[in-house]
Amino acid sequence: MMGSKPQISAARRRFLVDMARTAGGVALFAGGLGLYARQAHSLPSLAIRPPGARDEEQFLGSCIRCGLCVRDCPFDTLSLATLDDAVALGTPYFTARSIPCEMCDDIPCVKACPTGALNPELTDIDAARMGLAVLIDQENCLNFQGLRCEVCYSVCPSIDKAITLERHHNPRSDKHAVFIPVVHSDHCTGCGKCEKACVLEKAAIKILPMYLARGELGQHYRWGWEEKQKAGRSLVTPDQQHQYNLPEGQRYDYAGEGLIYEQGGELPFDADPLETLNRGLEQQR
Amino acid sequence: MTGLQQPGIAATTERGWFARHKWLLARRFSQFAILGLFLLGPWLGIWMVKGNLTSSRTLDVLPLTDPFIFLQSLATGYLPELTAIIGALLVVAFYLLVGGRVFCAWVCPVNIVTDTAHWSRRRLGINAASRLSPNARYWLLGAVLLLALITGSLAWELVNPVSVLHRGLIFGMGFGWLIILAIFLFDLLVSRRGWCGHLCPMGAFYSALGTHSLVRVRADRREHCNDCMDCYAVCPEPQVIRLALKGEQQGKGPVISSAHCTNCGRCIDVCSKEVFTFGSRFHNRPDASRQHQHSSGMEVPQ
Amino acid sequence: MKLTRRDFIKSNAIAATATAAGITIPGVGGALAASKDVIRWDKAPCRFCGTGCSVLVGTKEGRVVATQGDPDAPVNRGLNCIKGYFLSKIMYGKDRLTQPLLRKTNGKYDKNGEFTPVSWDEAFDVMAEKFKAALKNDMEANRGKPADEVVSTVGMFGSGQWTVFEGYAALKLYKAGFRSNHIDPNARHCMASAVGGFMRAFGADEPMGCYDDLEHADAFVLWGSNMSEMHPILWSRLTDTRLTKPGCEVHVLSTFEHRCFDLGDNNMVFVPQTDLAILNYIANYIIQKKAYNQAFIDKHVNFTATPTDIGYGLRPEHPLEQKAANAGGGKLSAISFEEYAKSVEPYTLEYTSKLSGVPEANLERLAKLYADPARKVTSFWTMGFNQHTRGVWANGLVYNIHLLMGKISEPGNSPFSLTGQPSACGTAREVGTFSHRLPADYVVNKKPHRDLAEKIWKLPEGTVPGKVGYHAVLQNRMLKDGKLNAYWVMCNNNMQAAANMNEETYPGYRNPANFIVVSDPYPTVTAMAADLILPTAMWTEKEGAYGNAERRTQFWRQQVKAPGESRSDLWQLVEFSKRFKVEEVWPEDLLAKQPESRGKTLYDVLFANGQVDKFKMQLVTDDEGNIYGNQEMDDFGFYVQKGLFEEYRRFQLEGPKVGHELATFDTYHKVRGLRWPVIDGKETLWRYREGYDPYVKKGQEVAFYGNEDGRANVITAPYEPAAESPDEEFDLWLSTGRVLEHWHSGSMTRRVPELYRAFPDAVIFMHPDDAKERGLRRGVPARIVSRRGEMIARVETRGRNRPPRGLIFVPWFDASRLINKVTLDATDPLSKETDYKKCAVKVAKV
Repeated sequence: MMGSKPQISAARRRFLVDMARTAGGVALFAGGLGLYARQAHSLPSLAIRPPGARDEEQFLGSCIRCGLCVRDCPFDTLSLATLDDAVALGTPYFTARSIPCEMCDDIPCVKACPTGALNPELTDIDAARMGLAVLIDQENCLNFQGLRCEVCYSVCPSIDKAITLERHHNPRSDKHAVFIPVVHSDHCTGCGKCEKACVLEKAAIKILPMYLARGELGQHYRWGWEEKQKAGRSLVTPDQQHQYNLPEGQRYDYAGEGLIYEQGGELPFDADPLETLNRGLEQQR
Repeated sequence: MTGLQQPGIAATTERGWFARHKWLLARRFSQFAILGLFLLGPWLGIWMVKGNLTSSRTLDVLPLTDPFIFLQSLATGYLPELTAIIGALLVVAFYLLVGGRVFCAWVCPVNIVTDTAHWSRRRLGINAASRLSPNARYWLLGAVLLLALITGSLAWELVNPVSVLHRGLIFGMGFGWLIILAIFLFDLLVSRRGWCGHLCPMGAFYSALGTHSLVRVRADRREHCNDCMDCYAVCPEPQVIRLALKGEQQGKGPVISSAHCTNCGRCIDVCSKEVFTFGSRFHNRPDASRQHQHSSGMEVPQ
Repeated sequence: MKLTRRDFIKSNAIAATATAAGITIPGVGGALAASKDVIRWDKAPCRFCGTGCSVLVGTKEGRVVATQGDPDAPVNRGLNCIKGYFLSKIMYGKDRLTQPLLRKTNGKYDKNGEFTPVSWDEAFDVMAEKFKAALKNDMEANRGKPADEVVSTVGMFGSGQWTVFEGYAALKLYKAGFRSNHIDPNARHCMASAVGGFMRAFGADEPMGCYDDLEHADAFVLWGSNMSEMHPILWSRLTDTRLTKPGCEVHVLSTFEHRCFDLGDNNMVFVPQTDLAILNYIANYIIQKKAYNQAFIDKHVNFTATPTDIGYGLRPEHPLEQKAANAGGGKLSAISFEEYAKSVEPYTLEYTSKLSGVPEANLERLAKLYADPARKVTSFWTMGFNQHTRGVWANGLVYNIHLLMGKISEPGNSPFSLTGQPSACGTAREVGTFSHRLPADYVVNKKPHRDLAEKIWKLPEGTVPGKVGYHAVLQNRMLKDGKLNAYWVMCNNNMQAAANMNEETYPGYRNPANFIVVSDPYPTVTAMAADLILPTAMWTEKEGAYGNAERRTQFWRQQVKAPGESRSDLWQLVEFSKRFKVEEVWPEDLLAKQPESRGKTLYDVLFANGQVDKFKMQLVTDDEGNIYGNQEMDDFGFYVQKGLFEEYRRFQLEGPKVGHELATFDTYHKVRGLRWPVIDGKETLWRYREGYDPYVKKGQEVAFYGNEDGRANVITAPYEPAAESPDEEFDLWLSTGRVLEHWHSGSMTRRVPELYRAFPDAVIFMHPDDAKERGLRRGVPARIVSRRGEMIARVETRGRNRPPRGLIFVPWFDASRLINKVTLDATDPLSKETDYKKCAVKVAKV
């Protein structure tokens, strides 16, 4: 027994060393991979996930990189990231400028997903939020300059909801209007048709991931008009009737126009000069 | 050229080339056929099987999901949808039956790469070897699951050569070749059977899955062994042979019962004495070899 | 700026001559010294729609490298639509045709051969042979016949995108040279009903107002015009007025919801064809409320009725034509105001609302607007009215409303027919390249008009045939029937554009009895069906002139050389005329009247006639001293464009008709367009109104001097159903049209990668419920089937156009999806313009 003990401890030592070596190597590798994985968490800003994709955090844990969504996309929009892409390896994404999402009514990509990384609760494509279109470059956008391009607007599957044209007077030409494309986050699905169609050399409108595209209002402030609309009434009981000191022929509209000249009270002349001329000087006071 | 550089030479001369490569060919056929089924769609537009090994849908009804990636996903704290659960259960049931590492030998595309590396290594007489523990894979398996838990993402899938290769072949490889090349060079120059035999956590997972599988290689005619060592030379996990082949004296039965055995059947192919056959895990008494050598359902015909 | 060697020699020579004569030519020296790297900028009208925006074209080293909206142009003030933005790219599609291509087998022309490059000589040899064969038959057939019985088997399909000079040269070559009136422009598909409306009401073509109406109106009514997409810059002006003028309203009527509805205050989607009823309802409302302008009616208006049940312009054997009581009838008969009032009485609010599907409140709001004497109303319409089997009626019915109220010919009060093409007005209509017309509103079937033409052209009396020729649709039918055998298609893509391609157009082109020549810069669908393709210079590769919808004539200089052997349509027409001896085209009795023409070519008598070739070669320069090329001047040795233009002007100056006067050729190169009539150098903004129009005498207030009595015609016409309406099997209306990004058949805009990307393929705009009912999902291909043909395109249930249930809209720009295989070639029997907005189809899964 005594004689064999050192032998055992030699083997034991070797076992322990081996184990330590293996454990060390694995730990080193795992550490590196872990760091890499953290990095891969940040989706590059021009890669867009398919409709229904969960938060990027959760997506990377739930998407098993099978590519079934890619296969069932009828428009070849989606592809799986390879090592050359900055997107997490094997995960599905699309680049709007190349092939945008066509927003199929039946959302086959979501149906194809076996794990629910593309959330099966998404059944209405209009509820998808793949990203948000942002008209980034207003200086080069043709419509901002008064041209009639608005291709982004015309191709939008949710035209007049996700993108509207806000019309203003064009002070430069003085005879034309400008039609400013405005994106509305409550309808924009981030399909990317606008970015794809933008006729500039480099798109002025781009789909950005929500976290880049959206600002956030401070918790300490509310939009008064929205709160009022939500409540359906003033949050503070409305005032009692106001009364004003005003000259004859004028009144004051508290909630509306403000000072109002009653009909004809505006100026002491009749609209028709003949009326004045024919009145005769004797009538003049 | 030494015998170990070309193991099976004896078997070939005695049984002919096809018989001596029978299981290898079957395996290659299986590997390529599975890959081929996936490629029929993108190449020829025949969509029988969609997806890849991590998850697939066959004939638009049968879902299959890799239980290893499923487990990782669970580890991130995400419970996948029913389709994935069913798919994973089907796959688990299959490998419980046939042996977990059947995946490695009969399905995994990396196997072709590492087999090639191994074959080249033998042909080129490269003997350099770094000492890797065969248990490193279990450490890695643990690390992979732990990483999933910590990062909340399928971190392993960022580098997993198995999915990189299989997905790459079907969906486009990009720089994925680099990972495969690294595996090849590693196995060729650094460590014998380094990847599949020592490191691959996926293999480790499937090993664990197959601990109690039914289908086993048996050394039923072990008394005929002439100690040519050809089986050791070709075996991707040579440590699994010894007990079954030489353990009669120690009271061990003829069934290769180690979960590491990939059921590749190479030992059956190369043995000129036809010591090995496929069989079940039962009847594993030390004297079972003589009793069962003719009743095994999967015996190689003469 | 690049000077070719020829330019250099020429400019040197001119400079030398000038120096010898003691004259300084501004800028010639400067131009020679100009740096090679500098972009040369010159003005040109946009190549696309009838709006007539002006751009500055930047040229460098013989290539148009850039454009910019011209900030000094009155129409667009520096702005452009998206097509205009890409003007500099339209000439540089990678598949430009650069040499003539003839179908050949074993080195010889063969109708079924492969297209093979040939020289211009060979091309014109074969072409002349085919034309001469046809002309010889014509000479036989016409032996001893008077001018008004002359027939012909040669024809031409021209364009509202031709330059003024090209249209004039084509008209002269065909009507005088080949003695064929079978020349018609694609403007037949576009503006013929508008012309009919103008001629019948006012006796003179083209709008009385101008684009300044856009700022002066208090309200706008859009009748079948998607201005937002089709006249984008005008829409921008209209929108600005709507935004900046308090109380301004926009009323939009259409058979489906389009982009204009976004701005509209009173939007109305009506059942196709019921616009006729709505128009009559408004007139009825005005009369019932006694809102009409009695004084104006008394002084300036006649009341008339037009024959009804006039058929649908189909082939005579078609059951609908057999059934029609007055097929093609259009002779007006005078009626009283009371009779007129009675004729519109059935169009009550209830009846009209029920028929049209427009809610009563909307209709009444529209009627009130017109009936309010205090509000200035401008009505706009385009293809919704014109491409209509009752298009001339519809045009007339809107004039009725304006005339009843006297809301016409003054700033803001304007019934305004918008033009589709850049020179449908300037070329097709003013030059008169229609089968029935001559320049300046003269027509072939009136002898005095022909006499005037022959006098101006210095040709023997009786040269111009008096029988109206084949119009666009009839040309295709005659080609199919083998009665039109030598045919030249120029500056249009009629295989893609004409309705009922399967049954009429294609069989006609491929009829072995016919020889079809197509002049185009690109391999269009029409070119594919041709026997000979002639490569053509486009836009600023030639000197040109266009006339837009507000009577504005705009010129441009040749900026660059056309690629390869491409030549302008003008060059082709003039050069081809050299191939014909007068004896080969004119009978002996004509020659006898003008023996000095014997032995001469058509080129000699038509173009080198001492009149057209009056203006010798000169240097084309601008105020900056830049020098421009002129391919035609180089090749023919005289200033062809100037000669043609000055001869053309004589029609405006020497005939009995007044009010079409253009300024001199040189003037136009110095201005950004002028609105005719230009009298004593002054433009006319509003016609027929005293003070604005010099032809209206003092005290007349208003004079519609196109008509002899100076009065405009109110023409009553009822609602009549469409030629083909949906039934049980073909259960949907099909309307076709354009999209903002593409011009017509897309042969130019689809070659601009960005525009192609913006709207790559035609889609079927349809109501989501209609799609669902047919098991169609958005984005899947579906088959549109009519009695005549079918086409496959993807279903679009979202997006810019929202059809109501029962109607689909398909754009026609897509050469790979030809919707005109499906459409019906029913036309307005009066204007002969096809109704592309109505036929019955079904849509099913592929």
